[in-house]
Amino acid sequence: MTTQAPRFWRSIPQRYNLLGTHCNRCNEYFFPPRNLCPNCRRGAHLEEYTFKGTGTIVTYTTIYNATEEFERLTPYNLAIIQLDEGPKITGQIISCSEEVKIGMRVRPVFRILGKEGDRGIIYYGTKFAPLIEPSCLESAEGLLNSAKESD
Amino acid sequence: MVSGIVSYGVYIPRFRIRVDEIARVWGDGDDISEGLRVFEKSVPDLDEDAVTIAVEAARNAIHRGGVDPKRIGAIYAGSESHPYAVKPTGTIVGQAVCTSSSYTAADFEFACKAGTAAIQACLGLVTSNLIDLGLAIGSDVSQGAPGDMLEYTAAAGGAAYLIGSRDLAAEIEGFYSFTTDTPDFWRREGMPYPEHGGRFTGEPAYFKHVTNAARGLMERMGTEPKDYDYAVFHQPNGKFPVRVAKILGFSKKQIEPGLIVPMIGNTYSASCLIGLAATLDIARPGERIFVTSFGSGAGSDAFSIRVLDRIDDIRCNAPSVRDFIGNAKYLDYAMYAKHKGKLRI
Repeated sequence: MTTQAPRFWRSIPQRYNLLGTHCNRCNEYFFPPRNLCPNCRRGAHLEEYTFKGTGTIVTYTTIYNATEEFERLTPYNLAIIQLDEGPKITGQIISCSEEVKIGMRVRPVFRILGKEGDRGIIYYGTKFAPLIEPSCLESAEGLLNSAKESD
Repeated sequence: MVSGIVSYGVYIPRFRIRVDEIARVWGDGDDISEGLRVFEKSVPDLDEDAVTIAVEAARNAIHRGGVDPKRIGAIYAGSESHPYAVKPTGTIVGQAVCTSSSYTAADFEFACKAGTAAIQACLGLVTSNLIDLGLAIGSDVSQGAPGDMLEYTAAAGGAAYLIGSRDLAAEIEGFYSFTTDTPDFWRREGMPYPEHGGRFTGEPAYFKHVTNAARGLMERMGTEPKDYDYAVFHQPNGKFPVRVAKILGFSKKQIEPGLIVPMIGNTYSASCLIGLAATLDIARPGERIFVTSFGSGAGSDAFSIRVLDRIDDIRCNAPSVRDFIGNAKYLDYAMYAKHKGKLRI
């Protein structure tokens, strides 16, 4: 079988952790990473930058008829997400209880992006899910109280 | 050297299926969930496996502890559902949590106790001062053949523990293991589903190993059940941990905070580690937790843990076990079969 392993391997930093670049001179962020700042050109001060991964859905579509590799996932939502630092990227919104909406805040999650059949490598990377805040204090207090009451 | 838990994190997929729904499909009695004391179980999403769950749990552990991942010197990932037979889960986790490349990694398998074995390996490296921090993970998308009793409980989830010797949230005061060659549950190479010895998985396997490990540790440490505020035992169903607690002399109150199997099922390598996390979610500094895992094949690891002041500083930096349990979306059996790959297209 032929494998895309080298191609996948080269993009691991971007796929796993949204590694892009940032121009220190004009303060613009780039994803995927750029070697040249189109604003500052030769005067650019580019550095690697790992995006937080939080952002806002700009637009989305629901896929009902997918290519063979993705047909198990249908129906699924594909969105353009504007990251908080500025760049827009395309990503899958994982199934969520809320209906996907334009303007919805999202966070990154680590998922399988694809597989080379049953024998090849598994591609992992970033998808997006609705942003949730932990509420551990309330639940911890509630649980502690219920444990004490049941004694 | 004092060593223990610097931070912890869990991940439980949000999909659930009710045990009664599985029983409906296979024509089993309505009372099966009552008999097992398991009412629903977690189900992985279509694009989740033991690696993605391990990464999410590890990221939560690192975020909760505010730890620089470059400090991690070892990653041991325990699972019986590693997606690759050859290609480590630990290296994918390391890359995804942004460690340096200067760490050792290996994947562990010991049925449901591979995660606690990973903690022991990290403790060894930390206490001998060979590494600064170790990342021990238990993660599984466990399998149960359609119609088999395992299908009622085989669930998905993960827990990650950062093991170190400074900035501890909890001290591991001691551990003790009990291991024998007991063929109670197994999966042969290339087979999609495990096999088990039915009732043989009870007395000669679970109860013998858990009680011996627990008593061995208490004897070594000179402690008794009353010296502990909480206890967590491996949870293949809702009955076994309750019964073994009673045998050993622990009360219902001691095991209640960590008894999560009725809501999420048996998460195998993550089972008692998620139970421990649920207990750490509510434990106060100074309290003590007794933990005993069980892995078929068979063995048990018992730990004595003392919660320290730092727990209050880090607890709310990541989602609690109850946050994950409360965020549930229910599937019928058809969607469950799709999620678990039981439907061949």
